Amino acid sequence: MTDLLTPVLSANWADERAWKITNYERTGGYQGLRKALGRTPADVMGTVKDAGLRGRGGAGFPTGMKWSFVPQDNPNPKYLVVNADESEPGTCKDMPLMMASPHTLVEGVIIASYAIGCEAAFIYVRGEVVHVVRRLQQAVREAYSAGYIGKNVLGSGYSLDVVVHAGAGAYICGEETALLDSLEGRRGQPRLRPPFPAVAGLYACPTVVNNVESIASVPSIIANGAEWFASMGTEKSKGMTLYSLSGHVQRPGQFEAPLGITLRQLIELSGGVREGHELKFWTPGGSSTPILTAEHLDIPLDYEGAAAAGTMLGTKALQVFDETTSVVRTTLRWVEFYKHESCGKCTPCREGSWWLVQLLQRFEAGTAVEGDIEKMLDLCDNIGGKSFCALADGAVACVTSAVKHFRSEFEAGYTTPAWELFPYERSALFAAPKGAHA
Amino acid sequence: MSVEAKAAEVATSDLISVFIDGTEVQVPKGTLAIRAAEMIGVDIPRFCDHPLLDPVGACRQCMVEVPDMGNGRGMPKPQASCTLEVAPNMQIKTQVSSPVADKAQTGMLELLLINHPLDCPICDKGGECPLQNQALSHGPAESRYLGVKRTFPKPVAISAQVLLDRERCVLCARCTRFSEQISGDPFIALVERGALQQVGFYEDKPYDSYFSGNVIQICPVGALTSADYRFQARPFDLVSTPVTCEICASGCQLRTDHRHYQVKRRLAGNAPEVNEEWNCDRGRFAFHSGRLADRLTSPLVRDGGVLRPASWPEAIDAAVAGLRRAGSSVGVLTGGRLTLENAYGYAKFARVVLGTNNVDFRSRPHSLEEGQFLAHAVAGRTVGEGVTYADLENASQVICVAFEPEEESPIVFLRLRKAVRKKKLKVVTVAPFASNGAEKLGAHLVPTVPGTEAEVVGKLDADADTVILVGERAASSLGTFTALLELAGRSGARLAWVPRRAGDRGAVEAGCLPNLLPGGRPVTDASARVDVQAAWAVPTLPTTPGLDAGAMLHAAGTGSLAALVVAGVEPTDFADAEAARASLEGAGFVLSLETRLSEVAERADVVLPVDLIEEQSGTFVNWEHREGRVNRVNRQARSAMTDLRVLAMLADALGSDLGVRRASGAKAELTELGVWEGERAAAPAEAAASGVGTGLVLGSWRLLIDGSAGNDGSEALLATAKRPVARLSEATASGLGLADGDQVTVAAGNGVWELPLVVTPSMVDGVCWVPGNVAGVGLGELAVTPGESVQVNGGAA
Repeated sequence: MTDLLTPVLSANWADERAWKITNYERTGGYQGLRKALGRTPADVMGTVKDAGLRGRGGAGFPTGMKWSFVPQDNPNPKYLVVNADESEPGTCKDMPLMMASPHTLVEGVIIASYAIGCEAAFIYVRGEVVHVVRRLQQAVREAYSAGYIGKNVLGSGYSLDVVVHAGAGAYICGEETALLDSLEGRRGQPRLRPPFPAVAGLYACPTVVNNVESIASVPSIIANGAEWFASMGTEKSKGMTLYSLSGHVQRPGQFEAPLGITLRQLIELSGGVREGHELKFWTPGGSSTPILTAEHLDIPLDYEGAAAAGTMLGTKALQVFDETTSVVRTTLRWVEFYKHESCGKCTPCREGSWWLVQLLQRFEAGTAVEGDIEKMLDLCDNIGGKSFCALADGAVACVTSAVKHFRSEFEAGYTTPAWELFPYERSALFAAPKGAHA
Repeated sequence: MSVEAKAAEVATSDLISVFIDGTEVQVPKGTLAIRAAEMIGVDIPRFCDHPLLDPVGACRQCMVEVPDMGNGRGMPKPQASCTLEVAPNMQIKTQVSSPVADKAQTGMLELLLINHPLDCPICDKGGECPLQNQALSHGPAESRYLGVKRTFPKPVAISAQVLLDRERCVLCARCTRFSEQISGDPFIALVERGALQQVGFYEDKPYDSYFSGNVIQICPVGALTSADYRFQARPFDLVSTPVTCEICASGCQLRTDHRHYQVKRRLAGNAPEVNEEWNCDRGRFAFHSGRLADRLTSPLVRDGGVLRPASWPEAIDAAVAGLRRAGSSVGVLTGGRLTLENAYGYAKFARVVLGTNNVDFRSRPHSLEEGQFLAHAVAGRTVGEGVTYADLENASQVICVAFEPEEESPIVFLRLRKAVRKKKLKVVTVAPFASNGAEKLGAHLVPTVPGTEAEVVGKLDADADTVILVGERAASSLGTFTALLELAGRSGARLAWVPRRAGDRGAVEAGCLPNLLPGGRPVTDASARVDVQAAWAVPTLPTTPGLDAGAMLHAAGTGSLAALVVAGVEPTDFADAEAARASLEGAGFVLSLETRLSEVAERADVVLPVDLIEEQSGTFVNWEHREGRVNRVNRQARSAMTDLRVLAMLADALGSDLGVRRASGAKAELTELGVWEGERAAAPAEAAASGVGTGLVLGSWRLLIDGSAGNDGSEALLATAKRPVARLSEATASGLGLADGDQVTVAAGNGVWELPLVVTPSMVDGVCWVPGNVAGVGLGELAVTPGESVQVNGGAA
């Protein structure tokens, strides 16, 4: 069964002090960089393109193509910005990667910067994860001392500075233009596009914004070649990736496998659903991706497979819920998150999430009335696709998909509180005392 | 610029065709879909969109459907038309033809209203509210929202003048974008997030911007209100009158709203060529002074040393007796508050009735050189012959000499800032330090000791794309006008004079100068006099230039002039206020035509009340030479008559004939007279000042919101004024043993001012700067003008 796994990014996570540069180097670290510096930037970019690496932050845009959008004739400086603002509910792949092996990311940053011709790169880390920020800062310091970053990297004539920047803890700053505003010292709110970051991003200069995992995948591609990478995964979704299993499974955690693996296989790898229980519903890529049910256990978890099932691969954050869980309550918790994280810039997201929470609270309390489902769906239609950025689309996706698959549970909200149908202590790992519901 | 104007500017080949609801429309490339729709009369509802602000796409109200981007492919989601640039052959379906767009818009309005208090019956905006109007035209009939609304304690004073009711706010960011993009005073910003997002400000630094009133006007809901107008009236009870602002020479078109014979508020009008859609806070809020207790409602005559009310016939008789005694030994001081027509009345009265060229509108420091400059380069021009706002916007460089745009002509400042932001205009300022306004223009400072402007100007570079703006303060720096004319002649740069007060430019045109007849005709030119004699049907006109204002006051004080006729003049504005007062007191006969019991009126022998600006019609001429119409707003029960009408009565009583009694007649006569087409008066040829005062030299200008009499009664406005300070450079301050924040005394001939010191890094050494008026006390009280010596000491006076 474990032969399904292809640990590349996570290969060294269990090593002794894997975050130290010497230990990283001992297992082949920075060999990709040495190789890359011996080739032309265009050649490096070509390899990443050939490998078919697609963005691991959720949208799945081909990474090499994104790099090639940076106009090389633009006289302004160019920047690489790594989006390490991982905040999506359920998503927990970038933090362990940066915690266990920050040099994998740092090496990727240097290679990517070299490929796009930038001399300053920024890693924007979510502010709450102080420990991760420290690890990264330490790793960058080590890389400076070792000559991997700084003036004249490894005698190649190429120079690069890398800055680790801690955000202040806002989900919206994971949106790439809001991240750039935040990085510039402004309030993190999404920017009007066009211009796109590739043309006018950080400080109005050409900028590439990539996810941590995308950039961390680059060293192995350069070290092992495009063919090696493309040999994994499916036709259009190539390579290995980190799947994060959480919720009602025996052994939650990170599972690195080729794209296209199924949830059935992943659940088996994790030891199965909670003892004595069965799968009810799950998210393929965090709360922003429409939920799926047991009937989707065998869809291939790649970009195309998820889309074919009417959802998105997203961040491959698989949250698993068993039959003790109230869909209404889960949806309410998610929408409360979006309400809290809505930046407030545009009307549908700001007001819509405020309203949706109040509607869902009525379903949870069993005080909703006939017609509230239709009202809620119509409200979702007025929000989805109308907002400034994709945050609100994620907020309504969990609602519409929940109603689609579990309409009867919402109808039950016309009469019965969710905590009576699904006593909350039953779905919790550590049960709260009886009667002490939310 | 409007789409129409933009369309007119580009060649037809640059126009592209787009289809709005199936109707083809030609628009310039880069036009926003919402503007293209406006061109065929399709009104897409909107809140955040404003044609003069950068697009933001925040409110999402203006959603449209785009079934074809022009390349055969449609956009999968509805689009915000305020951020969507049209492409050739793009198909745009608005709410008129698209159920998708219509539902998106209706849904958005429902969302905007869920947290809105719907307190329209007690909201000042009710009746003129874009949210209310668009909710009725495009919104759902009933809300489906049954939840809890977000509330906030109300209101928050973001400045003394502007109040914020946060729960009404739809977070369109018009106000914050205005403050950042247009005025450059980003003291308000959106803070917090989600539905708790709100307009915030820093507690220690309120939104004291000279342009803060504009955010009230562009707020699409009742979230921002003014301390003045709050709860004063309903829009549908107001009577609106278009007027031209009477404060400064920018020439703003405004709208004055009154109710129950009282002005309730003033709004910026829509004048794309002048003030666009903006105005300054002083023009907006300083309209209270005419309703104070010192408003003159009946004539006064001096009887036994004191002024007592008198009937009009008695007062006219007293005035006639005084003027008869004086003969032509009279001086006429008119000031800067007069309309073109009233100024013309004084100019004609002086020549025809009194028989003298002793007439001058200038009360602030002035010079012979200035008079020559005005005669040579300003008077007798029409708009188009001179520099315009559009020229400022299209210049490559603007040089400001003795002129602080933000303080002395705020709309010039806004237009310069727009050009700096949008067209990379370079601004150069010849000044003792980089003021806040200069910094907001990114201006290059040419550090200049006041009084040495002529020398500095002589070394400046300019080209044909340069515009030079010179302020009235150049008059106190000898040789500056000469040097500027020389620079303009040498480089091809264009030169414009920007006076401070609304009536100044019209007074020049009307002939309220000792060397000029109406239309820029030199009094010394025989054929110019013949023109005017014919028009006025008089056999002769005085042939020699008269005395300027300072000389008239002096002469009246010493008895060589027998009488003074004085309109809107304050002694404190003169170079030496005490001397001015003494002259008024010593004068044989003083006739004052005033709106309020001023210091001049208090010292007059006869006081005749005249109309406030809101009670009369007429014309103001702005610095561009552009005429702006003043319409009578209302006539109060206690209104008097216009200056012109009173002068005509006086003329009648003196057995003469002014020939005009009403503004319309005066304007017609002036128009018929036309501008002088003969040889212009010679240019001044004044050598640069030989030197400035010894020791510390004074620098000074008037701040926009200060103790001017016109600001009396506008308490909220005055509370937003800049704190008066004295400024010294670091080296000068430390040389005097002074530090930032110290209380210092600034002393000159007559008096002492006590002010806090601000050490100003950009300040030129050896100069002390103070504002031109502190709490109603003008610089004239110190009897010192910029360029002269002052003493600065630490400690209290």
